[in-house]
Amino acid sequence: MADVARRRFDPAVAWAFGCIGIVLAVGSLYSSSFLSPAYLLQQLKVASFLGVIATGAMIVILLGQIDLSVPWVVAVGGMMATAATGWGPLGTALAIPVGVACGVLIGVVNGVGVAYLRIPSMVMTLAVNAVAQGLMVVHTGGFSPQDSSSPAMRYIATGDSLLGVPNALVVWIVVGAATVFLLTRTAFGRTVYAIGNRERAAYLSGARTQAVVMAAFAIAGGLSAFGGVLLAGYASKAAQAMGDPYLLPAIAAVVLGGTSILGGRGSYLGTVAGVILITLLQSILSVMQIEEFGRHVIYGAVIVGMLLIYGRRRRDAA
Amino acid sequence: MNGEWRYWLREHRGTLVALAGFVAMFAIYASNHPAGLNPNVAQTAANKGVLLAIVAMAQTLVVLTSGIDLSVGMVMVLANCLASTIVMGSTLESAAGIVAVLAVGALCGAINGVIVIFGRLQPIVTTIATGSIYYGIALALRPVPGGDVDATIADAVTGKLFDTIPASFALLLALVLVVWLPFRRSVVGRAAYAIGSSEVAAYMSGVPIKRATFVAYTLSGLLASVAGLFLTFVTYSGEASAANGGTYTLYSIAAVVLGGVSLFGGSGSAIGAIFGALMFRTIGDLLFVFNVEPLWQPLFQGIVLLVAVCVGSARLLRVRNRLDLYG
Repeated sequence: MADVARRRFDPAVAWAFGCIGIVLAVGSLYSSSFLSPAYLLQQLKVASFLGVIATGAMIVILLGQIDLSVPWVVAVGGMMATAATGWGPLGTALAIPVGVACGVLIGVVNGVGVAYLRIPSMVMTLAVNAVAQGLMVVHTGGFSPQDSSSPAMRYIATGDSLLGVPNALVVWIVVGAATVFLLTRTAFGRTVYAIGNRERAAYLSGARTQAVVMAAFAIAGGLSAFGGVLLAGYASKAAQAMGDPYLLPAIAAVVLGGTSILGGRGSYLGTVAGVILITLLQSILSVMQIEEFGRHVIYGAVIVGMLLIYGRRRRDAA
Repeated sequence: MNGEWRYWLREHRGTLVALAGFVAMFAIYASNHPAGLNPNVAQTAANKGVLLAIVAMAQTLVVLTSGIDLSVGMVMVLANCLASTIVMGSTLESAAGIVAVLAVGALCGAINGVIVIFGRLQPIVTTIATGSIYYGIALALRPVPGGDVDATIADAVTGKLFDTIPASFALLLALVLVVWLPFRRSVVGRAAYAIGSSEVAAYMSGVPIKRATFVAYTLSGLLASVAGLFLTFVTYSGEASAANGGTYTLYSIAAVVLGGVSLFGGSGSAIGAIFGALMFRTIGDLLFVFNVEPLWQPLFQGIVLLVAVCVGSARLLRVRNRLDLYG
């Protein structure tokens, strides 16, 4: 019971939310429109895309692994979904599942390499990223598929549902709720944390660690691809480099949310905070019309600064 | 004697496999090249290969300590932009410019090291963030591509020695002799290996952990700036290209792995990483000599990389105890 309570009051998560407050406060000194509901809702909508992708990144990071194939899995998701749209009415209806399924497939390849072939995830996912890139280059160059999104994709990415809540935000909430359930209420989730702490111990406790690792990578691939589907819907078309700006922010968001990059520790609430923090930071820096170079410098410095405040390894860990 | 020989072979297996792989790939490349293997073909291939090889050396130093440097490509880009601004004018001014670029590179590496050591942050997140800072500075120096560089030095470094050997190989050899070998043979170098094998054991044995980590990161930054200088000499200009930085960072990891350096740290050598980089570059160029559509090149390169990393898992066949699979 005490354990549950301690996790609920993770200081890192509190810090992350505190930093969101600080960022908003600093922004509001510049312009009060940063506190308007319309602006905040718009930011949450933009954050949803990163949120879905970061969810996959978080599950993999909880294992103590990392997924560097995010950029091109995002692109695969977007591009295959739009390509399916070009196959006629049936393809249009199945555009979203097709995109996600391609991502899951790539995730399974990642998972087989990491779980069964015991290849370090950083290398395996890097190689798979290169293969996915190659496949997409051949796909677009050789078959010139359709690159505009289906109405359904546009609807879930740009539409508004009841009370003006953006659909993308609803999607993120659903994905988030499912992830929280998966991580905290199922044997799968427990095993993910256990593997992140010590895979050998998890194996000796009878957990099917290899299957769990593979499934986790498959879920991460599916979520990255789903993020790509949403992005393609938002921009109403898919492009080759669409996933590039999402790898590092996704990792940064997960880590800023208090999840240990070594695995085994972290909560989804923290990732939510990290995603919102990163999105707000990027948005406010660009609204303040700080030049691009300044945005990069401040962005990096803020991440280092925040981590120095609350993301340090405990001294006894070394 | 026999035992010693076998130990040496075991220690350098990764390097030797990378060397063999590179020789095989390059033989296929050269023998199918329409112009055959002449000094010009070698020079072009060498300039591309050496650039990645230097970045891979930089990456190796950090990977040996079981860290990772995701800012290595951005330091290269920063050095490139800086060099295109200050390495020109009289010989003395150019030389001073080169020294300044190298100093900035070493400083970038040192900052990474300080944050990792004293900030106790994980290398992977630290270097993601500092990479963004370094890129921002590069962008400030050179908002649009351009600039110039001392042509005499550039031609000397990227040209040919005695009209046959690519001069860039001499640069690479010099880096190995001046940076890598002294590091490998020094106390801090051995300490870096020890940290990679087991930081706790190294700490218990009184190994200078902080000093070794700091030196590894600083030298890594220094080498990355050498790569940036070299890039400037090849292109005669500077460009703050985020894509370039990211690509070289990722390729450096690939080269390190192909070169037999363990990503868990503690084993491998920069020389292996050099051959890994040269092999990776040759693979990329293979399709060109076979007249395959350029469209297929990224896929081919990806599949070769994937197969190469999968081959490494042949060691699983020798695992007797299933528990050894789980670290």
